[in-house]
Amino acid sequence: MNSETILPLALFIPLASACFIALNDGRPDWREGATLLGSLLLLGVVLSLLPAVAAGARPTVDLLEFAPGLPLRLSVEPLGMTFAAVAALLWPLNSLYSIGYMRGNQEQHQTRFYVCFAIAIASAIGIAFAGNLLTLFIFYEALTLSTYPLVTHKGTEEAKQAGRLYLGILIGTSIGFLLLAIVWTWAVAGTLEFAPGGILAGKVDGPLVNVLLALYMFGIGKAALMPFHRWLPAAMVAPTPVSALLHAVAVVKAGVFSVLKVIVYIFGIDFLKDTGASNWLMWVAALTVLLASFVALTKDNLKARLAYSTVSQLGYVVLGAALATSMGVIGGSMQIVMHAFGKITLFFCAGAIYTAAHKTEVSQLDGLGRAMPFTFGAFLIGALSIIGLPPLGGSWSKWYLLVGAADAEQWALMAVLLLSSLLNVAYLLPVPARGFFAAAPAGGAAQIPIREAPLACVVPLCLTALGCLWLFFQADSLYALLAPITVR
Amino acid sequence: MTEHLPALQVVVPLIAAPLCALLRPGRAVWLLAMATCALCLLIAALLLDQVLARGVISYAMGGWPAPWGIEYRVDVANAYMLLVVATIGAVVMAFARTVVEQRIRLPASKQPWFYTTYLLCLTGLLGMIVTGDAFNVFVFLEISSLSSYVLISIGRDRRALTAAYQYLIMGTIGATFILIGIGFLYVMTGTLNMADLTARLPAVADTRTVRAAFAFLTIGISLKLALFPLHLWLPNAYAYAPSAVTAFLAATATKVAIYVLLRFFFTIFGAQFSFGTMRLDVILLPLALAGIFSASVVAIFQTNVKRMLAYSSVAQIGYMILGISLVSVTGLTAAISHLFNHALMKGTLFMALGCVSFRIGAVSLDRLAGVGRIMPWTMGAFVIGGLSLIGVPLTAGFVSKWYLILGALERGWWPVALLVLLTSLLAVVYIWRVVETAYFQPAPEGRATGEAPLALLAPTWTLALANLYFGLDTSLNAGVARRAAEALLGVGP
Repeated sequence: MNSETILPLALFIPLASACFIALNDGRPDWREGATLLGSLLLLGVVLSLLPAVAAGARPTVDLLEFAPGLPLRLSVEPLGMTFAAVAALLWPLNSLYSIGYMRGNQEQHQTRFYVCFAIAIASAIGIAFAGNLLTLFIFYEALTLSTYPLVTHKGTEEAKQAGRLYLGILIGTSIGFLLLAIVWTWAVAGTLEFAPGGILAGKVDGPLVNVLLALYMFGIGKAALMPFHRWLPAAMVAPTPVSALLHAVAVVKAGVFSVLKVIVYIFGIDFLKDTGASNWLMWVAALTVLLASFVALTKDNLKARLAYSTVSQLGYVVLGAALATSMGVIGGSMQIVMHAFGKITLFFCAGAIYTAAHKTEVSQLDGLGRAMPFTFGAFLIGALSIIGLPPLGGSWSKWYLLVGAADAEQWALMAVLLLSSLLNVAYLLPVPARGFFAAAPAGGAAQIPIREAPLACVVPLCLTALGCLWLFFQADSLYALLAPITVR
Repeated sequence: MTEHLPALQVVVPLIAAPLCALLRPGRAVWLLAMATCALCLLIAALLLDQVLARGVISYAMGGWPAPWGIEYRVDVANAYMLLVVATIGAVVMAFARTVVEQRIRLPASKQPWFYTTYLLCLTGLLGMIVTGDAFNVFVFLEISSLSSYVLISIGRDRRALTAAYQYLIMGTIGATFILIGIGFLYVMTGTLNMADLTARLPAVADTRTVRAAFAFLTIGISLKLALFPLHLWLPNAYAYAPSAVTAFLAATATKVAIYVLLRFFFTIFGAQFSFGTMRLDVILLPLALAGIFSASVVAIFQTNVKRMLAYSSVAQIGYMILGISLVSVTGLTAAISHLFNHALMKGTLFMALGCVSFRIGAVSLDRLAGVGRIMPWTMGAFVIGGLSLIGVPLTAGFVSKWYLILGALERGWWPVALLVLLTSLLAVVYIWRVVETAYFQPAPEGRATGEAPLALLAPTWTLALANLYFGLDTSLNAGVARRAAEALLGVGP
């Protein structure tokens, strides 16, 4: 089978498993089996595309013609390949974790949960492999809508309010700004293709470039650029597996991935550098990085703290894109991968803590690390990776971002990056520190028995923590894969 | 046989209508009506196929050649419209049987009259589209209007009577204005044939009579198509009519009026006269925008969901008129595409509401609490229709929105494009009010009704799936719409 025939399978497999899950409503074991099998098949399909793409192939398939000259097109390039590989790698682990979590907490409507989850993954893969802006937009909206039932899963008043904010911001920005930007691009450029070097150079000029860029950047609400970030903390009302894979990986990464795609393949970094149109964006991103870190410091609820940490870390990717240097773009792309593994580990840990001990606040965690050594150990590794310390994957993305900022001679931004790392230390490390070193509140027993979450929860989080370590040694191959994207 | 298709399109339902009245109440009469509607759909599909393959069809009624006899003239624009109306006519007829048997204010012995009236209404609507004769348009307009007053008045709520009366008054004024306009044109040119009018009008265009005819026609047709602020008859009529009737009329009646508008202003008067000399776009554009905005806002505050959708219809008509007032191929494509897409989405939404009212007995917002869990299929269709109304990608609604924004941007009308997008967000608000009530509020105690019967669900889901299908395959609702737009503007092949 060549890559062109495999490519549609990447969309088809998660959708087919969604159907299969829906049909097995009454048989939980079959249903979960379908989820796991689907996720493994998808992983196989996505990884089988990798060698060809790394070798320079760009498999492309047209599904339908939306308008003359405007097909729905799937096409794989290194950036999308990376994003899809991350999503496909983490879905099986997350499925395993979901099974442990959903059963451990006896959640309602589990079938709906798994169906929506599979559709969301299909949408994320669709975004990753979108061959033009229209296709990207379609899957982008599908992702918003398929995750809405997951956010409002609990059906409470709080969930309803969070759902409103979620839909309101994501649909509002995407229809209000992004769609306008896309139609505008189509009207001036006559194409929506993702082309190396961009399609807008010479088609738009003057201050309009800034306006168009702003429409794109704020229109992609999933990138959680301030002031359109509020949906992400609100979405934390969802069950933890959703927060872990969707709101730390698939949804938010779909946002920053779209930002990178637009900047690299629609505007083109040379065009942005020549016009200086992305200068303001650097500062908005830098502000997002810092402000969100400060807010994270004030949050006692563990998931809320992690959510603001995500907002801050997404700012890094946008910052890398806005630098409009190839190192910045590569650093941003790497940040997608590194942060995905780090943050999913942290969310897995938060969920495991909730499942095993029913604790949600940071201040309640005193001494818990001795009861849950694997969970807190994994948390420590994930946190260190996000902070950017070797020998963990996160150090490389920070490194390339710093190099990118140096290339662009933005010394102030380098200072922001360094300051933000310190802030990361300040809001992430107290969690394992309290867990391991603080005295347990009851104060009685000197020897606390080990009481971990179910195995289905603990194994995935250990694996993703090991993944952070593994990524440190994969930086070379990742760099080699990503390097061609900024070459025209 | 095939050369008589234009005549059969009208004659088949016209003959079937009185036959229905002669039959006993029961299954047979519905079967006859259903078969008639299906046949109409088949004829419409064949006609569109022929027109796309071989170009304009001209049919001389009774063998009398135009301009003396009545000519039926089918080009891409009206073949497309015929298909829209016939499709909705057939799908809603499948839906209507259960509604007629249980949910309208007619004794069982009178039920066949419903089908008679329905088929007459369909005849009128199809006739207005297919004819190439200006006076004939008026005749069919009256047939469809009179039957639609009757259809509305048989709603279970007694307020349906006043709603129908209100519509009767407004509709009659509109029809009279149209007749006056046509009369003036006849006085000036001595012909009623549309093609003939097109040829003769330029010579007398610069007269007060022709300008007065233009004004009368504008107001008259605007009344029928419920252009803001002439829409006052519409919300009550839609809210109190039986659900099948609302679904049928909302998806067809105003659309046909828009088609008539297109035919008069683009074909008969010509775009140059209507928009160049008379500057109709200057009137239409602000009214369209005001209609879109105000009706969307009003819709948000409605407690009766049917009324809410009725106001939404006023807003959607605004989108179509907006597309027309752009006077470009893209704008007109958006308008014509939206005629079709809006028929699909509103048909779905009103039929889903029909399913709800069939089980619950009412469609006020508070009564919808918990319906999402009791009637998952019905509300599923409602959500699909709602998403299409909002214009989410992969639904038909996105197609029209795409062309509308593109058309506005081509003209450089930024604020218009922004307003279109902003008002789609208002649609999110009013649709999501219903979704939240249906899914998040617990159902009141003691309500143990289940899903709607299959006879109602099947047609509803047919249209719901059509919303998704035509969001992907746009060859009909954008491709043919574009050809129709080019034909009306007289450009292109």
